[in-house]
Amino acid sequence: MTDAATADLPPALAEIVDDFAALSVRDRLQLLLDFSRELPDLPSRIAEHPELLEPVPECQSPLFLITEIDSGEPDPDVHLYFSAPPEAPTTRGFAGILHEGLDGLPASTVLAVPDDLSHRLGLAEAVSPLRLNGMAAMLFRVKRQVRAKLAAD
Amino acid sequence: MALPAETNPEFADYAHPERLVSTDWLAQHLGEPGLVVVESDEDVLLYDTGHIPGAVKIDWHLDLNDSITRDYVDGAGFAALMARAGIDRDSTVVIYGDRNNWWAAYAMWVFTLFGHPDVRLLDGGRAKWLAEGRDSTTDVPEPAVANYPVVERSDEEVRAFKDDVVAHLGKPLIDVRSPAEYTGERTHMPEYPEEGALRGGHIPGAKSVPWARAAAEDGTFKRRPDLEAIYQQEQGLSPDDEVIAYCRIGERSSHTWFVLHHLLGFDRVRNYDGSWTEWGNAVRVPIVKGAEPGSVARD
Repeated sequence: MTDAATADLPPALAEIVDDFAALSVRDRLQLLLDFSRELPDLPSRIAEHPELLEPVPECQSPLFLITEIDSGEPDPDVHLYFSAPPEAPTTRGFAGILHEGLDGLPASTVLAVPDDLSHRLGLAEAVSPLRLNGMAAMLFRVKRQVRAKLAAD
Repeated sequence: MALPAETNPEFADYAHPERLVSTDWLAQHLGEPGLVVVESDEDVLLYDTGHIPGAVKIDWHLDLNDSITRDYVDGAGFAALMARAGIDRDSTVVIYGDRNNWWAAYAMWVFTLFGHPDVRLLDGGRAKWLAEGRDSTTDVPEPAVANYPVVERSDEEVRAFKDDVVAHLGKPLIDVRSPAEYTGERTHMPEYPEEGALRGGHIPGAKSVPWARAAAEDGTFKRRPDLEAIYQQEQGLSPDDEVIAYCRIGERSSHTWFVLHHLLGFDRVRNYDGSWTEWGNAVRVPIVKGAEPGSVARD
């Protein structure tokens, strides 16, 4: 089962999906909470310019993100930055998963991540469909930014 | 053993002031035997980031819903949940949560389906408690297992099903969703599904009264004269009316159910928990689009 769920994922994301799959539904929520705690703060150069961040209104709580790509390479690495308040732990958890799973990977790899990622974490019983849509929207916007930045580079 | 109701002049006007407690009252009574504090949130991780000391979590997905059928747990399931949470049939249960107590009101409404005698909401919910700088903890209590009787759910009084709504057409209905959901012009991202409804709009005759109109800035309930101005003077409802409230899945309309029933004393208010995710997908039920309530031709 896990093979099909992870075969088309980059290794770090595949590991995350496997970790979720190995747990009971309640323990998956605890793991999501761990990701919410591990989401890094914005570096100050970005935190000082919140206008650069793109809002993700599909999330049920405030979430802002920005992606950057290393310039001048054919397949540059992608860097992800997310901002969400501590009182939005579910949103932070999803952001934390994307950060841990995708940060620093080549753009081609990020763009190839399947759009149904949010449905592979086994959380459908535990969080609302709107929440899962929120994570899908984060991934969608990350990819859209990467495409735009590749085109502009 | 239940605790005495709060005597609070702020609440005195309400039809059932004993259904509400203030943060002051809760702070004074925390830890007293007979009181169980329950947190119920939309964000299911929030409890774990810090909660009122001693509060237990009741999760709307995992605890209140049946895991297979779209329905609530049955009497045995509810009794098991209460036992785990340390709640006896005569416990005073105070529920609070995020987002102006949407989910707390929803949980309270489910408690009502099982006729739990003493269940109250914390006015202002989680946000007010924290904004006042009151104690919170990440310690999860391990209550002694209680002995809660198996009481079968009674849906007739406060719950409406789709067929009940069809039979009710022509009588007062309140749509508590946002105006864009009411008119059917909901905005959504390209490539993303609308939130699980095939059709947009509202149930014919339903009046649009977004749930949040009943809440003050600090998330507490507005006082009775302000609520009467909205539901009675403006919308023309009367406490004798039979009213059905709905939203998307029944959570926001639980907030309105609480307001109409417990604060304004409407005796016959039902929450249609199927709400738009059922009506907006059902075959051949009438729907009205746009800002007017509309009506439906009846035989």
